Amino acid sequence: MTLALPRPVARRLILRPPRPGIAAAAVVLALTLTAVVWPSLFAGDPLAADPLHVLEGPSAQHWFGTDQLGRDVFDRVVHGARHSLSIGVAATVIAVGAGILLGLCAGLTHKYADEVISRGFDALAAFPLVLLALLFIAIAGTGTTSLIVAIGVATLPHYARVVRAQTLIVRQAPYVTHAVAFGASRGRLVLRHVLPNVLGPIPVLAMIGLGEAILVAAGLSFLGLGPQPPSPEWGAMLSESRGYLHIAWWASVLPGAAVTATVISLTVIGRHLQSRFEGRHQ
Amino acid sequence: MIRAVTRRVVTGVAVLWAAATAAYLALLAAPGDIVDSIIGDGADTPQIRAEIISEWNLDRPAVVQYLDYLWRAAQGDLGRSYLLHRPVHDVIGGQILPTLKLAAAAAVFGVLLALILAVTTRHRWVRRASSTAELFLVSTPPFLIGIVLLSVFSFRFGIFPVSGDRGGAALVLPAITLGLPIAGVLAQVLRDGLDRALDEPFAVTARARGLRERAVLIRHALRHALMPAVTMLGWLSGVLLGGVVIIEQVFGRPGLGQVTLQAVGNGDMPVVLAVVVLAAVVFVVISTLADLAYLLIDPRLRRS
Repeated sequence: MTLALPRPVARRLILRPPRPGIAAAAVVLALTLTAVVWPSLFAGDPLAADPLHVLEGPSAQHWFGTDQLGRDVFDRVVHGARHSLSIGVAATVIAVGAGILLGLCAGLTHKYADEVISRGFDALAAFPLVLLALLFIAIAGTGTTSLIVAIGVATLPHYARVVRAQTLIVRQAPYVTHAVAFGASRGRLVLRHVLPNVLGPIPVLAMIGLGEAILVAAGLSFLGLGPQPPSPEWGAMLSESRGYLHIAWWASVLPGAAVTATVISLTVIGRHLQSRFEGRHQ
Repeated sequence: MIRAVTRRVVTGVAVLWAAATAAYLALLAAPGDIVDSIIGDGADTPQIRAEIISEWNLDRPAVVQYLDYLWRAAQGDLGRSYLLHRPVHDVIGGQILPTLKLAAAAAVFGVLLALILAVTTRHRWVRRASSTAELFLVSTPPFLIGIVLLSVFSFRFGIFPVSGDRGGAALVLPAITLGLPIAGVLAQVLRDGLDRALDEPFAVTARARGLRERAVLIRHALRHALMPAVTMLGWLSGVLLGGVVIIEQVFGRPGLGQVTLQAVGNGDMPVVLAVVVLAAVVFVVISTLADLAYLLIDPRLRRS
């Protein structure tokens, strides 16, 4: 055994300019975030209809063309970022919160309770997300809230499984045994010693998961189960303009491309961070 | 072996029971009167109300209602749709064939494409290009893929019909749309598995025996790479079942997805619940098949 660092780690320690794919993903993500926070920086009114310029192709004046009501598709895509991302973020927050809670429960309780909760995660993870969301919507009615809760519940096993696995490792760690020996209370053990040490992989997972949540949310609002027209949500825009596909592809394809660009950049950066992160932990 | 089978059966029954119970609780949790939820937007007459009360035993104690519901569900009787005036199993049975055709075609296409991609794109540049393409497939909403295919192949070139389910030609675009994201995910998993298998000592041994790289890949490494892919069968069934709802809508195909969407839109709860239970049945069947597939792929498991 030599003491030299394994090659990948050594390479990583030298500051290198990021690869072009990652740089591009970072730029797309930065632009999307700006569109969420301050859409009027780039774009005009997403609801302003102009009946004289209906279904016009992309031009210098309308970068993404106009839709069936003469609304500027670029303006709508930019404003749609806030709608689509806020649904994704809210669903991910629910999934991460509930996932951490259930994962901790599974990892810290009795063997049989763990078995039941874990099988529950398996079943939930395997159940078709779209059907679960449809069940929620059938009970609670169409709307953004049902959509968010449904996606949150359906994606929580991702996080719960990781937290459970980490908990099973951490509870055996010497610092936990020491804390027990020093007479730390149960609550203190969980909050002060276990919880902070199981959360490590969660932020990066949540970043990749956010991409998936946005993808599913777009699919469900495409089915008309999320935000209703005329709100410029990406999936809803697509389904509104679908009837004009044969004469105006831009009005449906470009909002969809916005979803793809956002999800890809989240995934690329998430995976990049994940690989660096794993390298440091092993 | 017997223990494994027993465990499998017990888990399967437990999952089905959980799904049926969740569906039942969902019906109870729906706001408003339970009779109203079962009727949905169907005709609301005192006769139908009396029929629902006797069918669901609503005048009996809650435990009896629940047990009776489970007993009927176990026999395949999932109630009546008062909107469509037909038993639920009729409604689903009548629409399941086009959906099965679509799901099967998409699964075959997706798995084959993933195998081809993972095995043939081993070389550096091809591999990078293929990985990028897979990333795009995984990150693109399936309805967008469908819409792009429609606008190119149906509207521009008129090769495939725009909608409906008549003949094999109408199946091509929907199956490709549903299969592409599956291929994207599976190809990544398979490629990962191949990479890992080719680093194993047995790969070195095989090469030392003078096997060509292709033979090492296909005869030795692929079998190992298939194991993690089989684990994803459960995921695959979920993607197919969820995906058909969206794809049938994009391509205007009849099928289970359309039935489900209409049922959700009209509050036709018996149909919604039946679809949920059906999805659980599919999950149980697929995960049992996955376990059998492990035995088929890995002889070491057969021996123990």
